[in-house]
Amino acid sequence: MIIPTVHATINGMKVEVPAGTSILDAARRVQINIPTLCKHRDLLPTAACGLCIVKVGGSRKLPRACATALEEGMDITTHDADLTEVRRTTIELILSNHPNACLTCGRNGSCELQTLAGEFGIRQDCIPRYVRDLPQDCTTGSIVMDFTKCIKCGRCVQVCQEMQNVWALSFLERGINTRMAPAGDIQLNESPCVRCGQCSAHCPTGAIIENDETGAVWEALQDPGKHCTVQVAPSVRVALGEAFGYPPGTDLTGKIYTALRRLGFKAVFDTTFSADLTIVEEASEFVQRFAHGKGEIPLITSCCPAWVDYMEKRFSDFIPNFSTAKSPQQMLGVLAKTYFAEKAGLDPATIYQVSIMPCTAKKWELERTDEMRASGHPDVDIALTTRELARMIKQSGVAFDDLPDGKADSILGTYSGAGLIFGSTGGVMEAALRTAFFQVTGKNLEKEAINIRPIRGLAGIREGTLDIEGTEVRVAVAHGLGNVEKLLLKVRRARENGDPPPYHFIEVMACPGGCIGGGGQPYGVTDEIRLQRIKGLFDGDQSMELRFSHENPEIKQVYSDFLDKPLSEKAHRLLHAHYVSRPAYQR
Amino acid sequence: MSAVLPALQNLDPELRSGIIECIEHWKDQEGNLIMILHEIQNRHGFVPREASLLLSGETGVPLARIYEVLTFYHYFRLVAQGKHNITVCNGTACYLKGAGRLLAELESRLGIKDNQTTEDRLIHLETVRCVGCCGLSPVVVVDKKTVGKVFPTDMAGIIEGIRNREEKEEDEE
Ligand code: SF4
Ligand code: SF4
Ligand code: FES
Repeated sequence: MIIPTVHATINGMKVEVPAGTSILDAARRVQINIPTLCKHRDLLPTAACGLCIVKVGGSRKLPRACATALEEGMDITTHDADLTEVRRTTIELILSNHPNACLTCGRNGSCELQTLAGEFGIRQDCIPRYVRDLPQDCTTGSIVMDFTKCIKCGRCVQVCQEMQNVWALSFLERGINTRMAPAGDIQLNESPCVRCGQCSAHCPTGAIIENDETGAVWEALQDPGKHCTVQVAPSVRVALGEAFGYPPGTDLTGKIYTALRRLGFKAVFDTTFSADLTIVEEASEFVQRFAHGKGEIPLITSCCPAWVDYMEKRFSDFIPNFSTAKSPQQMLGVLAKTYFAEKAGLDPATIYQVSIMPCTAKKWELERTDEMRASGHPDVDIALTTRELARMIKQSGVAFDDLPDGKADSILGTYSGAGLIFGSTGGVMEAALRTAFFQVTGKNLEKEAINIRPIRGLAGIREGTLDIEGTEVRVAVAHGLGNVEKLLLKVRRARENGDPPPYHFIEVMACPGGCIGGGGQPYGVTDEIRLQRIKGLFDGDQSMELRFSHENPEIKQVYSDFLDKPLSEKAHRLLHAHYVSRPAYQR
Repeated sequence: MSAVLPALQNLDPELRSGIIECIEHWKDQEGNLIMILHEIQNRHGFVPREASLLLSGETGVPLARIYEVLTFYHYFRLVAQGKHNITVCNGTACYLKGAGRLLAELESRLGIKDNQTTEDRLIHLETVRCVGCCGLSPVVVVDKKTVGKVFPTDMAGIIEGIRNREEKEEDEE
């Protein structure tokens, strides 16, 4: 289909865009930024804020650029004194329903409303303030909602309902009383919320933020009775830099290790190491099911806690399909408090294990089931998001830019390229297939065959096949919970009809882009940024000698010293977990 | 396909079959969500949460969407009404003649806020835009009976009246 082209002028400049392009996007093509507050590049326009108004020819109407398509022959003005005045008044009106609490707000310095108020030079309250009194909701432990700061842009509702298909949040009431809340004024932890944090990553203001737990970590670091150790997830290294002015996708692993040691951590582990361990356990599980008929097919990945929660609430008939292998966060935690403690001669009760994660749901995973205390202690004590780590580094006075590269500890710290790509959508599948191929054939995939390209990229659902000694393995990858239902219904239908399963192996990550797009990553993510972060991980993989999880020498050592072999009795006790059906609503 | 919602475990069988009936009846019609909610409210006087949960489970419409509809229209009620109803008119005329003070007096005497019901479920208090008796302003409506030109000092008597009638009824039983 050929899309016709539209010609128009914007601020006197000629533009040519495909029909259907919004005035907002057309203006970007000629380097003009029209101010926006409600529109997010991931989402459809809601036209709620009114900041993006423009003039069209001689018309007195001021259409909203985010929700109006450019038409043939239009003569658009995006900026002049009138428009600036209207926009300033609009901002003043929004501020009149917003608490004046910037100094103590979780988005101080990163708030889109604050930035606009600054840019428009608003220096006083012109309109008497009315802020509706609504209680905060901190019940999830992952995110904090303070709807007094809500500007009703609708992003969170769109994210939760459409992008994530969770429907925890809704627009209740109307007019001035409109507010965001779970259905019928229950608390968020009584709702279907899976703590993905995508609402917090998309909210323009401080109305939804991550639950900041840096205080507890500072306290632990000060405590002489605690031996503080830390692990850092694959996707954090290619995103943290954004908080320090680096381009998205810059791999800062070495600086992060150094920064963590400077913060006072006595041992620095890498979750990428335990990603390799998850891969080895999970690939072994796959081979058991696929080649030896022991267990349900398809095998479905379970390393994403928001996805696990979603499945337990919405699709619990898939419990037998779920991989029982724990996530890398939990595997590292349990090894730190058993294997490492033993080796280092430490009492595991004194070890305080912190994880740095791209994710708000990881905070919940720590207490998901009793199995998260397989060491006899909480395997991981606290999970911080990338945003929280950035804040700690800034508080510490460490000049991040100038830090020399450091190294991780030599046990629980070495990783393969396969572990690295675990942080991207499709990466878990690719890494697991590399190892499964080896486990079945005794040979490694070679050269270009190591890269399983059909399952890379950002399409919502991707399918691929891999030939393992004449048997075709059918796999599928989905990211963004909104894409999952279609896939699972297909599997369910086949099961009900007694047909062979459409796939043997399915990977799901709750966040668009996978962990690199997690709800705890630096703000302002778009598909462009997601792709850059993904490139950071895959470039890393490509440049490594070690590209197979099962070849990671430290993984081999942990098995020979401690765990025996994949899926051993001990591995099951420490590294595997189970699932239960949970009600979506508590009341 | 997931665990039974706690709120539905002890659902009154009559309520359940009533709702299923409504759903069956409206199933294939356009705009049926509103019609079903209407019918539930007509039967019960309000839309109980259990009814919405069941409706969501049976039709696949997310509970969040159902509540968006329920709270968008003032018509729908989410809590059981009291046995008796006091409505304070807050239309322009009544507003100017001190409806606010009437409401404040009622709120403090009943110990509840606008749009709430006393704990014993005896009296429900609400405000409306205009009852159309501006000539009598300020106006309160007590169980469909309009009482005009009232003062805050009359409120105690109105509440007393309801309570007395109630006691009499009980004695007669
Ligand atoms: S909570 Fe944030 S994202 Fe949601 S509507 Fe309010 S301002 Fe927008
Ligand atoms: S954390 Fe995720 S599931 Fe929960 S309200 Fe936000 S977007 Fe919805
Ligand atoms: S950005 Fe267009 S109306 Fe808000």
